[in-house]
Amino acid sequence: MKNKTSFLPQEGEARPSRCPDNSAFKQQKLPAWKPQLTIETVLSSFFLIGAFCLSVGVCLILSANSVREIQFDYSDKCSDCSKLRENSSNWNKECHCSVNFTLKEDILGDVFMYYGLQNFYQNHRRYVISRSDAQLLGRNVNIQKSYCAPFTTYRNGTPMAPCGAIANSMFNDSIDLFYNLNSSVIQVPLLKTGNSWWTDKNVKFRNPKSYNLSSAFAGTARPPYWQKPVYLLDEEDERNNGYVNDDFIIWMRVSAFATFRNLYRRVRRVRQFADGLPAGNYTFHISYNFPVTKFKGRKHVILSTVVWSGGSNPFLGIAYVVTGTAATLTGFVITAIHLKLRKKKTYFQK
Amino acid sequence: SVEVIRLGHSYFINWDKKMYCAKRRTPAEARTTTLNEELGQVEYIFSDKTGTLTQNIMVFSKCSVNGHSYGDVQDVLGHKAELGERPEPVDFSFNPLADPRFQFWDSSLLEAVKLGDPHVHEFFRLLSLCHTVMSEEKSEGELYYKAQSPDEGALVTAARNFGFVFRSRTPKTITVHELGRAITYQLLAILDFNNIRKRMSVIVRSPEGKIRLYCKGADTILLERLHPINQDLTNVTTDHLNEYAGEGLRTLVLAYKDLEESYYEDWSERLHRAGSAPEAREDRLARLYDEVEHDMMLLGATAIEDKLQQGVPETIAILTLANIKIWVLTGDKQETAVNIGYSCKMLTDDMTEVFVVTGHTVLEVREELRKAREKMMDASRSMGNGFSYQEKLSSSKLTSVLEAIAGEYALVINGHSLAHALEADMEVEFLETACACKAVICCRVTPLQKAQVVELVKKYKKAVTLAIGDGANDVSMIKTAHIGVGISGQEGIQAVLASDYSFSQFKFLQRLLLVHGRWSYLRMCKFLCYFFYKNFAFTMVHFWFGFFCGFSAQTVYDQYFITLYNIVYTSLPVLAMGVFDQDVPEQRSMEYPKLYEPGQLNLLFNKREFFICIAQGIYTSVLMFFIPYGVFADATRDDGAQLADYQSFAVTVATSLVIVVSVQIGLDTGFWTAINHFFIWGSLAAYFAILFAMHSDGLFQMFPNQFRFVGNAQNTLAQPTVWLTIALTTVVCIMPVVAFRFLKLDLKPELSDTVRYTQLVRKKQKTQHRCMRRVGRVGSRRSGYAFSHQEGFGELIMSGKNMRLSSLALSSFAARPSAGWIETLRKKKGSDGSTAGSPSAAADKTLKV
Repeated sequence: MKNKTSFLPQEGEARPSRCPDNSAFKQQKLPAWKPQLTIETVLSSFFLIGAFCLSVGVCLILSANSVREIQFDYSDKCSDCSKLRENSSNWNKECHCSVNFTLKEDILGDVFMYYGLQNFYQNHRRYVISRSDAQLLGRNVNIQKSYCAPFTTYRNGTPMAPCGAIANSMFNDSIDLFYNLNSSVIQVPLLKTGNSWWTDKNVKFRNPKSYNLSSAFAGTARPPYWQKPVYLLDEEDERNNGYVNDDFIIWMRVSAFATFRNLYRRVRRVRQFADGLPAGNYTFHISYNFPVTKFKGRKHVILSTVVWSGGSNPFLGIAYVVTGTAATLTGFVITAIHLKLRKKKTYFQK
Repeated sequence: SVEVIRLGHSYFINWDKKMYCAKRRTPAEARTTTLNEELGQVEYIFSDKTGTLTQNIMVFSKCSVNGHSYGDVQDVLGHKAELGERPEPVDFSFNPLADPRFQFWDSSLLEAVKLGDPHVHEFFRLLSLCHTVMSEEKSEGELYYKAQSPDEGALVTAARNFGFVFRSRTPKTITVHELGRAITYQLLAILDFNNIRKRMSVIVRSPEGKIRLYCKGADTILLERLHPINQDLTNVTTDHLNEYAGEGLRTLVLAYKDLEESYYEDWSERLHRAGSAPEAREDRLARLYDEVEHDMMLLGATAIEDKLQQGVPETIAILTLANIKIWVLTGDKQETAVNIGYSCKMLTDDMTEVFVVTGHTVLEVREELRKAREKMMDASRSMGNGFSYQEKLSSSKLTSVLEAIAGEYALVINGHSLAHALEADMEVEFLETACACKAVICCRVTPLQKAQVVELVKKYKKAVTLAIGDGANDVSMIKTAHIGVGISGQEGIQAVLASDYSFSQFKFLQRLLLVHGRWSYLRMCKFLCYFFYKNFAFTMVHFWFGFFCGFSAQTVYDQYFITLYNIVYTSLPVLAMGVFDQDVPEQRSMEYPKLYEPGQLNLLFNKREFFICIAQGIYTSVLMFFIPYGVFADATRDDGAQLADYQSFAVTVATSLVIVVSVQIGLDTGFWTAINHFFIWGSLAAYFAILFAMHSDGLFQMFPNQFRFVGNAQNTLAQPTVWLTIALTTVVCIMPVVAFRFLKLDLKPELSDTVRYTQLVRKKQKTQHRCMRRVGRVGSRRSGYAFSHQEGFGELIMSGKNMRLSSLALSSFAARPSAGWIETLRKKKGSDGSTAGSPSAAADKTLKV
């Protein structure tokens, strides 16, 4: 025994110890929280979530119901125009049509006017990538390198501004709203700016720098489907012209699905329209430029108000109510199963 | 990332302090990183014996002299001592020649020696004379014995410590220090050991001139050759032998016989003639030996412990409970192997039957295997269904959880038979038989056969096999098995080099399998499940989107989200889970080896689990797409602007995906260490940080064509609708999972820790109530004398040829201090005992009377 004890330390000095560290990490003994599904946590979470979902769902449904929305499909009402637009050689012929409607009640609050498109696949991959953000930022870039093709340059080499399929297919109907008050027709004042995201308007889209806009776009040409060049999109407002035109910006923000609506105008709350749209007869005057018959699309014009949860979409509210109900019911079912089982369990434990 | 997890697990194995052997200064070492999870699925362990199960050290542990048993550890009152109250070992300081490493706990034996009990003296005299050990005295009083077999060395050392010191031998004499007096005996003859005789004798002439034959040998042989007047003593000694055998000790019976001078002269004359006879020399000698070793007087019996490595019986017991079948493949002889089988609890007397296959021809082997199978079939048939039902009811009362309905069987097969059994037409037959048995011992097998056996099981059983061994002869086996474990011991490093894991003690195997293996398997399964889940949830959204974008391969997410999803947003939490997760603490998995079973049955990741994961992923992806779709279609923002633009949709889906997947990992993680917290919360934080960075003005100004999502995050995520959508998606994706998990836990709680806990606490209480009883063994006594011994050394000594060559490479031995395992063993025996059948209990009573 004696030589053994004197032997070991010597060896210890000679060789560094190979004994592993006794740290909590290395010994896998880190302090840890070990959550477990217990009947209390599960049931309380189910009932709490159920209650939460139900209340949120009810709120959503109530607020969605308070939204007033009017939608008109004008793709058929202007059948003459749509036929005219089927032939692209008529591109510079103007075509107008009007849609009449009656508001039985006032629409109070901010009223937004949308155009809606159906069956227009803005989310197609080739379409989505067909743009040059550098060009839209006002940079002098070689758009050949972008995915804009085939809407890049004309045969003579003149580049398109803006390039790409998205820009080329821009929605170019113009819609005006008239209020027929006592046989006099009042044009409803509409705001065409302030409809896009602040970041889009101020960061993402910039006009090329030059002393005026037409010179900035010198050497470029409008996209083939456009009726006028980009620097004439809004001749009245310098800050809404060129690439920073709100209608253009909104169109360039492609939609996720084939059916979508884009904000077109806001009702300016002045004079008779200070509280919104009063009840009465109205007319949409539509300059019909955007062909939809080729792709079996539909065009709508929509008037709507918004609440905190956005426009009128009952889906979220209904989904919440359904989820809340389901969670609560599941809670009850679990309780029932658990109570039924508990007998077995005690028996088992004997 | 799978590799990272495996690497982590390997490091945990290397770092495990509980697998570090202080004595050899070797930590466990995972030499491969790819097999960790298979450690959790092992069904068959193939083990070498020597150096793996045993230390190859023999220790004299008990003896019975003239009907009195010595060697039990006793406390002051003379009761058998329990573990933990072990008294000091016997003090041998009176004897300057004593081996300091020898330990014995029963001082009454030494007292008997000191009191001069003639029987005890004769007993030790025999031990000091009747052997073929060589001694070497390097300096005065420093004796070294070179024994051919460690058993013999142990016996001679025991005699040495009790004052009968074998000093030296010449071809014709043996010098013994008997209690300080040097006495030289004249060595007249050595009647050598062989396998048939199973005994050896010496004939010596004492200084007084008396001629005496001392004999030691296997009890079965020797007890038949005793003088009839020994009958009473024989009965008592037989009881003692049974007792020893029950503890897994190797027993030997010692006897002597006084020879008349004239008879001896005559006999030695005949011996001489027989020795020089031209033919049938062996036969003649054997007959002569037989003649003289007759009518002997019984002296007593010895019990030698083939020292197992620390914790071997416990390890084997636990591994057996974990439903792992252990096959011992050894080059040793059948008796030795069986003996070890008993002492390390692989074989027990509670077993219904131990089949021994020793046939030398194909037909014999086939017949033996067939018989064994028939017996098992009969037994299970006769027990019938009623029995199995009953057994289920009473299973909690049984210590061994793994009762096969048909009872417990063991198979012992030796090398010759194995060679036939491994032939192509019989291997299936052999395997079926062997797998029906709880324990299989193959003895006298060659290294190649070891590998063949492993190969056989691998081929037909589709189970994960593990081979453990320490020597070069195990290398083939280690390489063949799925997992090879090398014991870094005395026998060189070939085994270690060929192995996947190495450590220095067999007992670490239980920790490697039950703790590390189980955890690795669990973690890997959880990781894989989650991995498939999150990727399906991520990818399938595109599939659904395809229906709405004209199958134009438009991605739902931002390209950077796609790039970073798997490497940043969701990689670290699942990695942390894969590395750190623990379902039950390590002590529990050792306490309840049953926890190991899901791994063997591959319950945690099979086709079913895989499809469940995928289904969950698809379910998530459906909700992930269609809830935002429902919300976004025709919806507008609270400021009237358009909501359903592609980029907002992308951000919404991506955000809800990251959140759902993070909540899911939180649900999967059962062991939240600080690292898990950091990774999970960190991933979420990183997602939002990166999101806002990617959508920032600065990056857009630099690369307008690359970062076209500019301003999207702040615009979209400012919308209450978007957040409500994300919340709804999360709730709808997670709640069903919670419900199903809870119901599974509630209805099928076999894996639930709590239920298992109560179940096993109950079992533990039962074990405590059980009285500790010793159990005798009837009819399975095993005499282990020097079966690793070879014939011919007696002759060599007598011829004196090797006297100068005594330092030949004979296997040296050392009697190590006997550790506490005898007690452990006895305790175990006691607890096992209560389940033993009535015959052994009856034997127990007779013993006590």
